[in-house]
Amino acid sequence: MRQVIKGNHAVSHGVRLSKVKVISAYPITPQTTIVEELSEMCASGALDAKFIKVESEHSALAALIGSATAGVRSFTATSSQGLLLMHEVLHWVCGARLPIVLANVNRAVGAGWNIWADQTDSISQRDTGWIQIYCESNQEVLDSVIMAYKLAEKLMLPVMVSYDAFFLSHTSEVVDIPDQDTVDQFLPPFEPPHKVDFADPRMFGGMIGPEIYYEERYCIHKDAMAAIKTYSEICQQFQEAFGREYALAESYMVDDAEIIVVTAGTITSVARIAVRKAREKGIKLGLMKLRLFRPVPYELWRGILGGVNKVVVIDRNLIGGVGGAFVSEIRSALFPLEKRPVVYSAIAGLGGRDVTPADVLGIVEHVASGKADVDTPIFWGLKE
Amino acid sequence: MDHKGTKLIHKYLRHDKKFPHVWCPGCGNGIVLGALIRAIDKLGLKKDDVVMVSGIGCSGRMPVYVDFNTLHTTHGRALTFATGIKLVRPHLHVMVVMGDGDATAIGGNHFIHAARRNIDLTAIIVNNQIYGMTGGQHSPTTPYGCKATTAMYGHIEHAFSISELAVTAGASFVARGSVYHAQMLDGMLEKAILKKGFSVVEVMSNCHVQFGRRNQMGDPVTMMKRLKDHAVRIEKAKTMEPGELEGKFTIGILADVDKPVYTEEYEKIREGAKR
Ligand SMILES: Cc1ncc(C[n+]2csc(CCOP(=O)(O)OP(=O)(O)O)c2C)c(N)n1
Ligand code: SF4
Ligand SMILES: [Mg+2]
Repeated sequence: MRQVIKGNHAVSHGVRLSKVKVISAYPITPQTTIVEELSEMCASGALDAKFIKVESEHSALAALIGSATAGVRSFTATSSQGLLLMHEVLHWVCGARLPIVLANVNRAVGAGWNIWADQTDSISQRDTGWIQIYCESNQEVLDSVIMAYKLAEKLMLPVMVSYDAFFLSHTSEVVDIPDQDTVDQFLPPFEPPHKVDFADPRMFGGMIGPEIYYEERYCIHKDAMAAIKTYSEICQQFQEAFGREYALAESYMVDDAEIIVVTAGTITSVARIAVRKAREKGIKLGLMKLRLFRPVPYELWRGILGGVNKVVVIDRNLIGGVGGAFVSEIRSALFPLEKRPVVYSAIAGLGGRDVTPADVLGIVEHVASGKADVDTPIFWGLKE
Repeated sequence: MDHKGTKLIHKYLRHDKKFPHVWCPGCGNGIVLGALIRAIDKLGLKKDDVVMVSGIGCSGRMPVYVDFNTLHTTHGRALTFATGIKLVRPHLHVMVVMGDGDATAIGGNHFIHAARRNIDLTAIIVNNQIYGMTGGQHSPTTPYGCKATTAMYGHIEHAFSISELAVTAGASFVARGSVYHAQMLDGMLEKAILKKGFSVVEVMSNCHVQFGRRNQMGDPVTMMKRLKDHAVRIEKAKTMEPGELEGKFTIGILADVDKPVYTEEYEKIREGAKR
C-alpha cells in the first residue's frame, strides 16, 4: 500500500511489520514522533507489543537488554545526545550478543545546541560493535528496519539504522508499505539460541577472565565481518520478496567515471542531480552511496572506487583533529591497492546546513580543476 | 504587572540578543523568571555574582534571556555542572533552573545526591507535569490517569512529589509554590537564595499547550484558576483529613533546617589536613 509518510513514521511501520515485542524509549527531537506513534500502536492493539517510556536513554537501551535476553524482538529509537548517553549500554548489547535494532535520527551533538542533520552522533558510536546502516529515503528507512532484524538475528549482533534529521524524519515521501504476510515470510519469528528459560536455566553477564575474553571478542569480530556476506544475501532475498533493490554500497554512473563522489544519507539524492549536471558540463562524474558502514565492505568499495583517478568524499560530520570520518575509512580501504585513486575530503552540511546540487557540483569542480589539496579537507561553504 | 515591575524585569533581560523568546503565550515560565528576577533584585545581588544554570526543556530556556553568568547544560545534568561551579567559586550565587523531567527523570540521580550532599545551590524546578519542549510525553510528575502523547489512554504510573523527595533526600530548604501565587513565590525564592545549603523551590506551573490541552484543562487563565483552587497552604493542610487533600497540592515551606554545608565542610577539612 502506497502512502505519503514521514521518515519517522516509516520507522514505526517497519517496527510494526517486524512484529517487535518490546519498545523502550526516551523522547528527543527529532526522534519523538516515532515513539509516540509506536506508543499509540501498542496501546490500541495495532501492534501486539509492550511499550515503556523510561527515564533516560541509558535506561531505554538497558531495559531492552532485559527484554532481548528474555528472548523477544526489541526496539528503541533515539538521536544525538540520547545516543551518546547510551554509549555504555551500546557496548554491552554487542558484547551480550543481543539482536536489538535501534533507529537513530542523525542530529548534531552539543555543545552548542543544534537539533538539525549531522552524522556525528552515530559516527561517534562506530566502535561500539553495532552494525551501521545509513539511509537516503523514507522507503529505504522502512525497508532497512525490516532487513535489520533479519541481519541482527542471523548474527546475534545489534543493528543501528540511521537517517538524517528533518530531511527525512519530518519530510513526507511516498512509501510503499509492505503487507504483513510478505514480511512474515521474509522475517520469521525470532528464535533466540539462548534466552531466559526456566526449563534451561543459565547465567548471563558473568565474569570472563583473560583465558577467554580474547576469544569472545574475536567471535564478535568474526561474526560482524560475516555481516558483509549475510547482508548481501538478505538484500537479495528482500529484492525477491519486495522487488526493491538494495546493496551494501550503491553506485550511480560509475562505469566510465573519472571522478567519483562518495556520500551517505540524504546528500546522496542531491549528488545524483549533481552527477547529471556535471556530465552536461563534460565532467565524467559518478557516485557511490555508503549504506553499510560497520562492518566496512572493503572489497565492494575497492571494486567501485579502485579504477578512477579521483575520489571525493563528502562528510556531514567533522571530528576535531581528524576531519571527516567517512573519508578516513575510504582511504584505509583503498590503501592496499597498488594503484589507487587520490582521495579528497569535503566537509559540508554540518548542523543541518543545506547542501544543494550546486554545492556538490562546486566541490567536484574544485577537485577536477586540480586546485584541491589532498591533505586538507575542502571546507565547503565555510564562512571566514 | 504594573509598569514599575515590568521595568525592573527589563533591567535584567538580554534585550538585543535573545528575543523573541520561545515560550507560548500564557506559559507559566515567564512568571517564574519574573519572580526570580524580583527576588534577586530585592536581595540586591550583583548581576556578576549570580550564575544561572539550566538543563534542557522549555523551562531550561530561562537563563538564555537574562543578563547573569549563564550556562545552558545538557538534559538532566544541570546540577552537576552547577556543582563544579560552586566548588571553584563558592562565593557566587548559583541557581539551577530545571523542568520536572529534567530534574527528576533523566537527572533524578543528581537531584537526590545534590540534596544529600547539601551543596549550597538553589534549585528551581518548574513542575508543569509534562515534557513541554519535546511535545507532551509523560514525566515523573504526570498524575495517574492523565493523558500524554506517550499515554494516550491515560497514564498508569504514579507521580513523584518533588518537594517531598527533596525533603527526604536531605535538602536544607524546600518550598512549593505556584505561578498563580506569584508574590508568595518571590518570597520563597528570596529565602531559598539566602539559605545556606541545598535549597529547592518547586513551582507548579501551567503548560496549557502540551498538558492542559490533552486533559481538557482549558486556556491559561482557566489553568491558573485551577492552580488557585487546588493549592492548599501547608498550615491549613495540617488541619485537614487526608481524603480532603485528594487531587490538591500543598504550598508553603516544607523544610527549613540548618546543617553543615558541603563547601564549608570541605574548607575545614583542607585547613585541618594542612596542619
Ligand atoms: C540526553 C537527552 N535526551 C533527550 C533530550 C530531549 N529533551 C529535551 S527537553 C526534554 C524534556 C523536557 O521536559 P521538562 O524537563 O519537564 O521541561 P519542560 O519543557 O516541561 O519545561 C527532553 C526529553 C535531550 N535534550 N537530551
Ligand atoms: S510547551 Fe508548555 S511549557 Fe513549553 S512554552 Fe509552551 S506552554 Fe510553556
Ligand atoms: Mg516539564
